[in-house]
Parts: sequence; C-alpha cells; structure tokens
Amino acid sequence: MLKYAFNRILLMIPTLIAVAIIVFLVLRVVPGDIVELKLTAEGGEVSMEQIEAEKKRLGLNDPLHIQFYNYMIGIPQGDLGISLWTEKPVAEEIGSRIGLSFQLAIFSTILAVLLAFPLGTLSALFRGTFLDYVIRIITIGGIAVPAFWLGMLLIMLVLSFGKLPPLGTVSFFVDPLTNFNQMIWPAISVGYRYTSVVARMLRSSILEVLSEDYIRTARAKGLYERVVIVKHGMRNALLPTVTVIGLEFAFLLGGLVVTESVFNLNGIGKLFIDSVIRNDLNLLQGLVLTVATAFVLVNLIVDLCYAALDPRIRYQS
Amino acid sequence: MNLKVSTPTKVVKPSRRTFIDFIREQPLGFIGLIMIITMFFAAIFAPEVAPYNPEDVDFEASPALGGGQPSWEHPLGADAFGRDILSRLIYGARTALSIGFFSAMLGCTLGAIIGTTSAYFGGKVDLIIQRLIDLMLSFPIVILAIVVIAIFPKTVVVGIDINVIIAIAIPFTPKVARVIRSQALTIVTLPYIDAAKAAGYSSSRIIFRHILPNVSAPFLIMLTAFIGQAILLEASLSFLGLGVVEPTPSWGLMLSGVNSDYYRTAAWMIIYPGLAVSIAVFSFNLLGDSLRDWLDPKLKL
Amino acid sequence: MSVSKIKKYNNDVLLDVLNLSVTFELKNASVKAVDNISFKIKRGEFLAVVGESGCGKSVSALSILKLLPPKIAKIESTHLIFDGVDISNWTTSQLREIRGKRISMIFQEPMTSLNPVLTIGDQITEPLITHLKLTANEAQNRAIELMSMVGIPEPENRLNQYPHQFSGGMRQRVMIAIGLACEPDLIIADEPTTALDVTIQAQILELLKDISKRLGIAVIMITHNLGVVAAYADNVNVMYAACIIETGSSNDIFKNPSHPYTIGLLRSVPRLDKSREGKLATIYGLPPNLMNPPSGCRFAERCPIYEKQCDNSPALIDNVTSKNAKVACWKTDFAKVTGAKMYASNKKTKKSVPDVNATPILTVNNLKQHFNISLRSGWFTSKSGKVKAVDDVSFSILPGETVGLVGESGCGKTSVGRSILHLNNPTNGDINFQNISMNKDSIALVRRDMQVIFQDPFSSLNPRMTIGKILEEPLIVHKIINDKASRLKRVNELLEQVGLYTYMADRYPHELSGGQRQRVGIARALAMEPKLIICDEPVSALDVSVQAQIINLLEDLQAELGISYLFIAHDLAVVRHISHKVIVMYLGKIMEVADEKSLYSKPQHPYTKALLDAAPVPDPEIEKNRKRTILKGELPSPLNPPPGCVFSTRCPEYTKECSKLTPPLVKFTDEHFVSCIKVKEFNA
Repeated sequence: MLKYAFNRILLMIPTLIAVAIIVFLVLRVVPGDIVELKLTAEGGEVSMEQIEAEKKRLGLNDPLHIQFYNYMIGIPQGDLGISLWTEKPVAEEIGSRIGLSFQLAIFSTILAVLLAFPLGTLSALFRGTFLDYVIRIITIGGIAVPAFWLGMLLIMLVLSFGKLPPLGTVSFFVDPLTNFNQMIWPAISVGYRYTSVVARMLRSSILEVLSEDYIRTARAKGLYERVVIVKHGMRNALLPTVTVIGLEFAFLLGGLVVTESVFNLNGIGKLFIDSVIRNDLNLLQGLVLTVATAFVLVNLIVDLCYAALDPRIRYQS
Repeated sequence: MNLKVSTPTKVVKPSRRTFIDFIREQPLGFIGLIMIITMFFAAIFAPEVAPYNPEDVDFEASPALGGGQPSWEHPLGADAFGRDILSRLIYGARTALSIGFFSAMLGCTLGAIIGTTSAYFGGKVDLIIQRLIDLMLSFPIVILAIVVIAIFPKTVVVGIDINVIIAIAIPFTPKVARVIRSQALTIVTLPYIDAAKAAGYSSSRIIFRHILPNVSAPFLIMLTAFIGQAILLEASLSFLGLGVVEPTPSWGLMLSGVNSDYYRTAAWMIIYPGLAVSIAVFSFNLLGDSLRDWLDPKLKL
Repeated sequence: MSVSKIKKYNNDVLLDVLNLSVTFELKNASVKAVDNISFKIKRGEFLAVVGESGCGKSVSALSILKLLPPKIAKIESTHLIFDGVDISNWTTSQLREIRGKRISMIFQEPMTSLNPVLTIGDQITEPLITHLKLTANEAQNRAIELMSMVGIPEPENRLNQYPHQFSGGMRQRVMIAIGLACEPDLIIADEPTTALDVTIQAQILELLKDISKRLGIAVIMITHNLGVVAAYADNVNVMYAACIIETGSSNDIFKNPSHPYTIGLLRSVPRLDKSREGKLATIYGLPPNLMNPPSGCRFAERCPIYEKQCDNSPALIDNVTSKNAKVACWKTDFAKVTGAKMYASNKKTKKSVPDVNATPILTVNNLKQHFNISLRSGWFTSKSGKVKAVDDVSFSILPGETVGLVGESGCGKTSVGRSILHLNNPTNGDINFQNISMNKDSIALVRRDMQVIFQDPFSSLNPRMTIGKILEEPLIVHKIINDKASRLKRVNELLEQVGLYTYMADRYPHELSGGQRQRVGIARALAMEPKLIICDEPVSALDVSVQAQIINLLEDLQAELGISYLFIAHDLAVVRHISHKVIVMYLGKIMEVADEKSLYSKPQHPYTKALLDAAPVPDPEIEKNRKRTILKGELPSPLNPPPGCVFSTRCPEYTKECSKLTPPLVKFTDEHFVSCIKVKEFNA
C-alpha cells in the first residue's frame, strides 16, 4: 500500500510538468494585448513608445525561451510571475482567493454526499417504482439546470423571505453563522448538479453490482439481506462513486466560475473570468496551472481511496 | 441476478426492435423526444410562431419603467428594453439548438475518429493520444471552453458564432474519444475483426465497415447527451459575456447583466430564460438516458 | 417455523419436489423455463441433472432456494418438502435460515462468484458466524480447518488473501469450503467445473465426491457433460425443454436409455475411449422456443420416431424394464429396440485419409510467439514480463489432413493458430504454406487459401451486417466474382452447402441460433475456397447435439473439397474423433505428437496420460473401474515457467534430471514423437 502510494505520488510529477509546458505554449497564442488594454483603460492617448516601454518593463519582450525558462524555474519555488494587471504576484492573488473557493467546494461536497447517498441508494433498491422515477427526474434535472440560474432563483427566494447576507466574506473561524449563511446558497446552487451526478452514478453502480454473481453467492450463504446489500453490495458500488465524487470536486471550479459571478464572491472563479477579460496572461496561466494541480491532487486522493477499498489495485504493485 | 439462463431460446425467433418498442419501453425518452421535436419546430418556424420581432423595443413595456408584467400582450413579460420575452425565447432556441447541435456533432465526430484510430493502431500512436486526452480531461469543461474562447478570435458565419462552437466542441472531444476508444478496443479484439483481418480486408475497410458501425450506439447516446450539455455551456458562456453577443437572442445572454433591481421587480426576466435552458437540456438528457438504457445499458459516460 | 422442531416424515427422502414450475415474466413475453417437474433425492445421494443449455436445469436448482430475481421469476409447486418440512411457501427471510446452513450452493463461475473486495477468510467465516453463531476466533479456526479439508495449501496465510490472488480451481475450492462450512444436508452444484480445465475439473469433482460421501451430504449436480455424469452420479435426471424426460440410475440411463432424446444425446458425443466408428449421430433441428412451446411431446418435432399420438403430452411414467427409472415417451419400448437404427444419419462412413507421401501444405518450424505483458504501467515506461506463449513448435499438415491441437487453457494452442494466420506476427520461426515462406507481407498472397473459424459464434460475426452481406464481402474484396447476380447465387450456394436456408441471407446474426451462426462462420471461410482452415475451438461453445452437426459438416466438407484443418480444441474426445494426427501442448511446448490411434491408446508422455486420465467417459461401468491418477497442483505462471521440462512441477514421474534439461521431441515410433527424457525408461 505504501509502495503504491509512493509510486502514485512520483507519477504526478511528469504530469504536472507536461501540464505546465502545454499551458505555457497554448497561452502564448492568445490574441489581444494587455498593455494596450491596460494603458487605454487609464484614459488618454497612448503612444507606441509608451506601450513598448511598458512591455519591456513587464518582461513581455523577452524571447520566448527566456520567458519559458523563467516560468519553469519559478514554478517549483511557488513563483508564478506577477499579474500584468495589478502587478501583484500571481501566487498572492490566487492565494488570497483560493480559500473561499475551497471552502465552497468542501461545503457543496458535504451537501452532495449527504444527499446523493440516500437518493442513489433508494432509487436503485426501488428500481422501477414511482420513487425511482421521481428521483431519476430530480437528478436528471440536476444536470440540466444551469448553476448560475439556480443561484439567481435562490437569491430571489432569500430576498422575498428576508435579506441577503452582507457582502464581503466573513471567515468561518470568525463568525461561523454569517459565514454559513453566506456560503450555503452558492453551495446549494453548485451542489445540485454535484448531488445529481453522484446519485446517478451510485444508482447505476448499485444496480450493476447487485446483478453480480457474488451477490447471489452471498444470498445463497443465507446472509441477512441487509448484510448482502451493505457489506457485499455497497462496498463494491462505492468504487466508481468515489471516482465521480473526486472528479466532480476537482471540476467544481468550473461551476464556481459562474456561481461566484452570480453571488459576487471573490473566489478564484471570478478571478479567472477577470483574467480572461483583461488578457492577463500571467494570471490566467497561474490559474489554469492551479486548476490542473487541484485535479491531479484530487485524483491522487481518489486513487488512494480506491486502493484502500479495492485489494486488486492495492496488490498490483 | 443472472437472467441468461432464462432466455436462451430468444434467438430462435427473429426480433428486431422498432421505434414502437422504444416508445413502450422508454416512455420518459419518448417524452424527451417530443419536447425536442417541438423545440426544433419552434426554432425553425420562429418568424411564424413568435408574436413579436425579438428585437422590437417598446420602452413602455420596460420593467425599468414599471411595466412588462406577463399579460395577454406579453405572455411571459418583457425585458428591460421592453422586448417580448416569449419571442426572444423562441428565437433564442435557434441559437441554442444550432450551437448545441453543431458543437456536439463536431466534438463527437472528432472524438470518434480519434478514439477509433487510437484503438485500431494501438502502440505508440495510442499511447500519445491517450496522454493528450488525459491532459485535456484534467480541466473542467467550462475552464477549457473559456481558454479556447480566449485564444480564438470571434468569428460569426451566417449568424452562428463559430468560435463558440469550437470552444464548446473541444472540451467534449477528449471525453468522447475516451469512451469510443474503450468501445473500439473491445471490438478490435472480437473474432469478427480477426476474421476480417484473416480474410485480408484492408485497414480502412475494417475501420469503416466493421468497427465504426459498431460504435454507432455509444456515439448516438453521447451525441444526444452532449447536445444538452452544449446548450448548457453556451448559456453559461453567454451569461459570462464570453459567448454569443447582442443582438443575437440567446437564453444565457438574457440572464446576463440582470442586476439586483430586477430580482424584486421583474422575476419573469430571470425565471423564463433559465427555465428554457433547463427544459431544453432536460429533454436531451431524458432522451440520452433512455437511449443508453435501450441500446447499451452498460455504457459508462 | 424452526427446522429442528419438525418431525421427520420419511427419513430416507431428503428433498421431495412435486410439480415445480418456474415462469419468467419478461417485458413482452412469458417463458416457462421449468415446466411441472417432480423429483426426489435421498440423503447422501449424488444426483445429476443433465441437459443442454436452456433446458431449465439451472433455473430449477436456483428455484429451490428462491435465488431467482423475485420480480421476474414466478415459482410454483404443489410441495417442496425438505427434510420433512414443506418449504414451498416459505418467504425468502424464512429460507435464509436454511440457505448455506442446510442447503448450500456452488456456482459455475468461480472467477465472479466470490466478492473481490473481501478476504477469503471473511467469506468463509460469514455463514459460520451467521448460522452457527460462532465467535470470530472460532470461525477463523474452523475456516482454516475447512480450507485444508478442500486442499488449499497454507490455509493460515491464504485466509487473509483476496480472491484475485487465487486461481480458478482454488476459488472453486473456496466455494466448496463455503458450501461445507455448516455441514449442510444438501449441496447444489451448478456446473461447478464447466469453467475449469480438465485436470482441475478432475481434482474438484473427486474432492466433491469424496467429501460428500464422507460426510453423508446429498449432492445435486447440474451439468451438460455426460462423462461427468457417468463418472460421479448415482442417479440422473435428463431434462429437455423445461421438462424432465427421463430419470433413473446412472446405469439405466447410459446402458438402457429409453427416451429418443437421451438415446440421440448419448450417440452424438464422440468417445475418448474408442476410435471413430463412423459419423456422429445428430439430432435434427433445435430445441423448441419456450416462449411458445409445442403442445404435445416437446421432442416430437425432432424425434425420429414421431407418430400422431406424440401430439399429446406424455407423462413421466415408470419405465417397465428397470426399477426406479421413469421416462416420458409414448413409444419408449419401440425406442429401446430401435435405438441403434433410430438415428439414420449414423452412416458408417470412413474418415477420408490423406496421402501420406504428398508434400505438406503447411510446415511450421521452430515457431516462437512471445508476448510482452505489461505488469505495471507508468507514463511512458512500463514494467513488463515476457510470456513465451509458443516456444519452439514444429509440425506439418498434409493436404486433406486434420491435425488436432489439444491442451489446457494457456498452453499456447490458440497462439499457434494466430501466428500461422499472422494475426499476431510470430517472434521467430518459419511458417511455410504451399511452398511460400510466410512473413507479414507475403501473407497477403495466401490469405484466400488459409481461413479461420472461431470459437464464439456470438462474436465472430459482425452484428451490423446481414448474413448475405457477410458472405458476399470476401467475394467482393478478393474479386472472386464480379457481378452482383452471380455473387448472390454463390452466397445461396454457400448457405446450402453448410446446411442453412437461403432466406437466411437477409437475417442478422442475432436472429440465428449458436449452431446456425457457427455454420455461417464456416460458410464465410469457404467463400474464399481455402486449402486450409484453422478451426479455433469451433464447437466448444455449442451444445452436444449441435456440436455433432458441426463436426459432421466439417468432415463432409473435407471429404468433398479436400480441405486441411488445424483443429484447435480442449475437448480430447472431439479431437480424437475428427483428427488424423494429434499434437498435445503444455505451456507453449509440444509434449507429444502422434497419429490419433497411438496417441489415445498408447500415450507416452506423463502429461498426455494425465490428461486422458482426467477426462471422464460417458460410460458408468468403465468409470467405476477406472483408477484416476489425479494431477497435483496447477499450471505454473507462464511468466515464470519451470526450468528444464515445463511439466516437471506436476509430473508424477519427476526426478531431478527433469529440471536440468529441456527434453527434445524424440522419435518413439515412425508416427509418434514424445518430449520426455524418460520415454525409454517407461518402455524398458
């Protein structure tokens, strides 16, 4: 098991390097010029000389391989360059915002897991009944309803019953209640899809597992049906479900991009949109890298969970 | 439990499943199909169906001035410029369905070709393609789409945003390629492919005659599901201001820029466009799910 | 109702089933998979239920403990008395108390019947803890005891292992251990050895027989293998199309079969212990469709002695000639008398004989096929091991000759076929076909002359093409016939040649039965007018009666067209029947080559002997007097084959020299070659 974990961690390194290279190359193609955008935003006429000077100052005129070298050298030291717009270090920009997004992700994961398990299990065990149909329709709805629209509906709902929590996020450790009040609505709006995806996966894997031969063996042994389902069925059905939970967690950022806009939360989703609109190459680069790293890390955790649940993988190495 | 034991004689009697069987066995899917057909009709015949021109501005009906409530005149109300929401939704269906269909088609076709080739040739080709797919799959769809939007300049051809289509199609490609590849990998090991090789058929004949027709079921299932997801993605991108732009009517665009005023005063401006997106995507998901249950219940998407 | 409180009403009879029916309610049809069957089993009896696939034998067994999906399967019976108690109306929660405690089950697929994420120990102790209320510690000690009883080495260590660390045979032993855990009164074994190799099958069946006799456990064994029935069963129920059509002691059934179906079935199996006497008997047609079964005798349509009265269902009545035997046939007396003549196709045709002096059509010299198996995959690197699937194999095939290639799974027999066809490019060696030395380019020249038939009739035809299109394709690709009309004529000709109907050209593969599909596979090969057909297990997925039809067809085609066959199979009896020459393989190497007669009557290699010894013969008298030397142990990992003779680890004649040198294939007689250093010793 330890050897497996070690191998898995080693395997992450080439993945991350490849991601970093590709991100760098791809983003060099981005059209539009941040400097021009930035200088004109400050108003007034801008001369070519001013733009050139600014570019030089920001290091944008260096040859590509120098830029690449600086970028690759910086990464392991946590140096992702500076934001071309705010001129603060990218790492700092991301660092100050990632906590909020992370908390939101955790919140919606808890929500999703709490809801998805009963939904998926009931739907599978009562397959073909009215209950199953209702749950299936609810969960198909979950992957149909746009998260940002759900957020808007929630805002409307809150507004008609009371008032919105104050703007500007309060830390969970300072004022848990306000924090909870601020987080719960965006968490629900991204969590609906999350819940549905997990519940659907759980349903189909339970159904698949229950038709396996070893379930018949367990019944033929005279085990209680409860034991058959929970011990023999659920543990196997959990395997693909864990993968989905992990994948969706890593991909929550996609959902957060829109949801943070709706709720006006200063997480990295919103930062991402800003960086695209402002052509802030360095920031965009840093964010994409962050997303990929998050994905790789979550994948690692998923694989370790998998190995813990499935001896076939644990003993492979 | 294993039902194989019970139905061995089934093969004796010719059984070809028909559309009628689909309706009977998958009522939910049939409902989805009817809704999709209705939407397509509305979109194609938008000028005949819609009560107003979607771009007609009528400031008297603007909620900013206290008007625009749903009424006989404007069944779903009017927006900030007093434009009829129902008409904009009907025209918006054109954008949603065309972008949804073309981007899903593009993404699925690319994915199918990449997946099949990768599986058939195997070896180094397969390994490299697989690694690229893995890399692309480590980004959320929305993020990938936005990056593509940032790279591709805006291009509009006959009223359709090509760059949006590409931005949506690209994140789908690796997903489809992965599923099709694994399907094709199973097929490649089947005896009928060996028989074809032993009979000396050419590679292209084997790919096009013997492999591709047998991945058509997962292709169809994914195409349906991804049209729904593409509609959703188009709405999100437009909402963020990165997709379709004014004056093209788009459901996502109708929700963007709605500021907090309208939350209280003009709920219809928010409710109906989102509902349109949800129903459209829901219908495609319903159909896609039923197609999967019907054609290939073990398919993992 | 607790089982222990019930008075024993007839101490002798353990299970008494009366009028059991099982109906599957499917979406658009209902199938009566078991139709009104009745039987009894005594304490300690070994009862075999035999029949072809789909006859309802497994379903009837599963229905006793209601292990069928309750929503679809309707189980009805007048009574089902187990140890004096009628359990026919018990709910599943009542039945749970006797499942695994008093009645255990062993299933067909050892690879999927154990839970992959739980340890073996956990799975064996479960029934002990549930039923006997043992503590975890007691249960574990008992599990170790059980594991050593069923012959699992080092039980203390293996207790904590998972199913994937066990081989198929070992898993089946685990299943038996689970079944024995609570010392039940009855074990129901559903095709327990069908998925296993013949030497492992012998191990498992001997174990089952031995333990059940010792502990007085009754066994119901469901099987399609008549040899297994003859070797192990006391009594036999023969099932056909959801009904029991004949029952009796194993002697009654094999010596005096009374039902035309039983007679036909017994005559259609090739015999391991006898040379081919003529063509195999075949039963005409296919079993009836149970969605719409015929009203009278279910066998009427296929019966060679059908008469008007057969349109009424015959009851299962006492068979007058023998005690306890019963048969469901109106004409049983007539059937018994005419048994030998009844199956008219049993012509005493001689096997066509190839010209021994002709130049071989195919010569294989020192063929090697090695595979790199990836053990662990990384980014661009992977750790791999080398499997020598085929290691230095040489043989030749004459025009019009059938060469049988036998061996257990993993011996490399299929790889030989695939290398010759260049479906895998051989690692090394020389394959000479019609005087052309073949490599991956020159193979294109001879594709037409060398064809292949595969095992699995379900996946060897493209499901998206009609039969007509499948048969037409080679004619187009190889430009054999260029105009459409003549092509279609040729397709019809091919269909008729393999015994199909021309209207089937418009059908899709899934609309045909397994046997019919296999005929299409043969027709596809014939379309190119080949000189050699590689038959890779062509009949092993088929039922006995259909298998005989296909074997006869292959023989007819050879007589008619002079085709050579490389016949790859694991069934020794089938190979004996069809082959002129037989090659025995083990772990990638040839162990023995000889003409059919000397190989089967005077086997020289210890492996060949063991193989022949392990396979049961459908004759209880012979089986009674047979002393089996059961091969110990299992096939070594092909990744790490033993040094010297590859068979040395399991060989009963093993001495130290065997691991020192690899024995060459040496001449024993003119037609007989053996690769064992002790051949001379045996004959001294």
